[in-house]
Amino acid sequence: MSESIIPESELEEVELYHAKSWWTEKVFTQDAKLIAIQYGLTAFAIGFVALVLSWFMRIQIAFPELSIISEGTYYQFITMHGMIMVVYLLTALFLGAFGNYMIPLMVGARDMVFPYLNMVSYWTYLVAVLVLFVSFFTPGGPTGAGWTLYPPQAILGGTPGQESGIILMLVSLCIFIVGFTMGGLNYVITILQARTRGMTLMRMPLTVWGIFTATVLALFAFPALFVSAVMMLFDKILLTSFFMPALVEFGENLTYGGGSPILFQHLFWFFGHPEVYIVALPAFGIVSDLISIHARKNIFGFRMMVWAIVGIGALSFIVWAHHMYVSGMNPYFGFFFATTTLIIAVPTALKVYNWILTLWKGNINLTIPMLFCLGFIVTFLNGGLTGLFLGNVIVDVPLSDTYFVVAHFHMVMGIAPVLVILGAIYHWFPLITGKMLHEGMGRFHFWVTFVGSYLIYFPMHYLGFIGVPRRYYEMGQTEALYTSSAADLNVFITLAALAVGFAQLVFIFNVFWSAKRGIIAEKNPWNATSLEWQTPEQPPIHGNFGKELPVVYRWAYDYSVPGAEDDYIPQDVPNEDVKLADGYSELGVEKT
Amino acid sequence: MSTTSKIPLKDGVEGFVSDWSSDQRAFKGVPWGKAMMWIFLLSDTFIFSIFLISYMTARWSTVEPWPNTSEVFSLTVNGVSVPLLLIAIMTFILITSSGTMAMAVRSGYQKKRKQAGALLLLTAILGMSFVGMQMFEWSKLISEGIRPWENPFGARQFGSVFFMVTGFHGVHVSVGVLFLFLTSRKVFRGDYDTGRRGFFTWQKGRYEIIETLGLYWHFVDLVWVFIFAFFYLW
Repeated sequence: MSESIIPESELEEVELYHAKSWWTEKVFTQDAKLIAIQYGLTAFAIGFVALVLSWFMRIQIAFPELSIISEGTYYQFITMHGMIMVVYLLTALFLGAFGNYMIPLMVGARDMVFPYLNMVSYWTYLVAVLVLFVSFFTPGGPTGAGWTLYPPQAILGGTPGQESGIILMLVSLCIFIVGFTMGGLNYVITILQARTRGMTLMRMPLTVWGIFTATVLALFAFPALFVSAVMMLFDKILLTSFFMPALVEFGENLTYGGGSPILFQHLFWFFGHPEVYIVALPAFGIVSDLISIHARKNIFGFRMMVWAIVGIGALSFIVWAHHMYVSGMNPYFGFFFATTTLIIAVPTALKVYNWILTLWKGNINLTIPMLFCLGFIVTFLNGGLTGLFLGNVIVDVPLSDTYFVVAHFHMVMGIAPVLVILGAIYHWFPLITGKMLHEGMGRFHFWVTFVGSYLIYFPMHYLGFIGVPRRYYEMGQTEALYTSSAADLNVFITLAALAVGFAQLVFIFNVFWSAKRGIIAEKNPWNATSLEWQTPEQPPIHGNFGKELPVVYRWAYDYSVPGAEDDYIPQDVPNEDVKLADGYSELGVEKT
Repeated sequence: MSTTSKIPLKDGVEGFVSDWSSDQRAFKGVPWGKAMMWIFLLSDTFIFSIFLISYMTARWSTVEPWPNTSEVFSLTVNGVSVPLLLIAIMTFILITSSGTMAMAVRSGYQKKRKQAGALLLLTAILGMSFVGMQMFEWSKLISEGIRPWENPFGARQFGSVFFMVTGFHGVHVSVGVLFLFLTSRKVFRGDYDTGRRGFFTWQKGRYEIIETLGLYWHFVDLVWVFIFAFFYLW
């Protein structure tokens, strides 16, 4: 996979912005790596809030007699948990944090192409997070409309947080989208226009491919959310009727009339389904790289993996209405969207096969990142298979709005991407901080998280089959409809959830403890080939690479190449400089 | 700066792919700012498309009759009601401003500093007069009793969607006008010749920036053509 032609540099060296004070260097920084850490810490902070909310909800469901939270609070917590986890944690973490850190390093650039815009992007994101967080303390509290915010109920009386929570939520989403657009343009242009010499798109690591495609999806999908948020704000504040039909509330005619609630659902899911892949595609990319590195083997079917990522991205725009089978839309739509939904399973399955074939006969090192990757493959497969059930209209109708759905999407876009994020943190922590994360705490964290997640979500499939509806804050009178095992299972799930929550506390402790006291990491501890590990300093400093930008001679997956002495060849090493193993005259050719 | 590849491209899909994924840059010779503006405009296209689709849905789903646009948007001149008069002038002005913008880009690349600056200023003034006339139209409609939440001439969605979409477009024009003024000032001062750094970004600007701004301006015009067709002619 290497060519001896070294292309001339097409780009002039850009002048880096050098900060002059502590404020512009550390706080209002324009260095993508620091911005990435800011993004990451903010996302984890607000994500932790969402995690704590889920504990309250689980305790309430398992022990309704304690009445730890009221029914209104339960809806508020469920809404905030969902929205924070999907948008403010996962999207921001994959694109804002991993994107900012990895893209310039992996494509061999000194920084993002628009560092100033990049900085503004983070601060806008922070404002969005704060606006959302403030809604916990406003009169009426945060909105309780469910994370999908369906009108008309989202803005009507009787829904918790309709006083101000819903307004803050919509405003926060708009701010988030503005901030994300600034960052997203940066990621796309850096990847397209600012690669180092020799770095063709087909030599980029899959991590970058995943983040790139996800960013493009986000740039085209977020407009739908933006527009629907603006219209709902108008419905709420200016009493327009975009989404509001004529309604009678408590025997009184409301002033609304003539709007279309289903329009919101279409717009929301036109954003919402690509959003699933905005979260999943970076995870796919990262996990491909991690598996290849920790199994010391090139990724199986690299070009196929790239096409699968691009194909999934394109298809994700024409499957949205499979979230709306029970919404009352035209049933013929359901037929079309069920078909496209099943088609999207093909490239997705292809990726799973390729991961498994990469592991096949690989030199699998059961390092902590590898454990998380294996956990991801199993979890994602599991969540994907239940997706086949829900993608078919006739099976979906009885299962929708039950715990089966909760189990499905938590497996496929909750646990699976989170396992990748955690694995990626264990993998790149030495690069980012120069220290290793503590091994023992790491293994404890993995096993409790992985096994615990299964203990939480596997029983939920069963609850769904027996018809336990989601979003109920207690089973109450409906309990008579189910076997008594439903209540017992809820207690079991809650205990598992609390255990998993505890493991995350251990992880947080590990991160801060290891950053300070951890073992100093050796250079390139995992013997990886991609450019981020080839910087002169570890962790990389401002400007990433030394005087000269690296030149790329090969793809990112030259592991265990026959004839090479080491089992990896970094991307910036030309064929002539590769140390040959005994008995070889050149790479892949044995002496005769 | 060489923009030709040294390795001959293969035929068919393979050549197409290796061309797009070629070394260092996917779009040869395209500056970063210009590439960014294109991608941003693609994203913005989605925003306006969704606004227009929502408008069509609203017009569909409402039960009250849609007001007759040639009456609502008519101006009375000397006692004669002329339909679409104001809009015709507004559209003419905006499209003219696209022309002056294009001329500014050309003068910029020719390094004719004063000419480029003057044309940018002219474009900005045309843009401002467009926004001014839009304000006049808004106040006329408001004085006739049309509000986002009610409309004496028929369906209330008319008012909501009209104010929302033209307002969103008007904000785009206003932002464009602001940047036209700023860029015109920079061009007059000679920032792109002396390499003076930007106040916020600390980057040196080039005359290419005029083209990037021009892309935005033409886009805003193009969007207006669609708004004109869907709101005033339908």
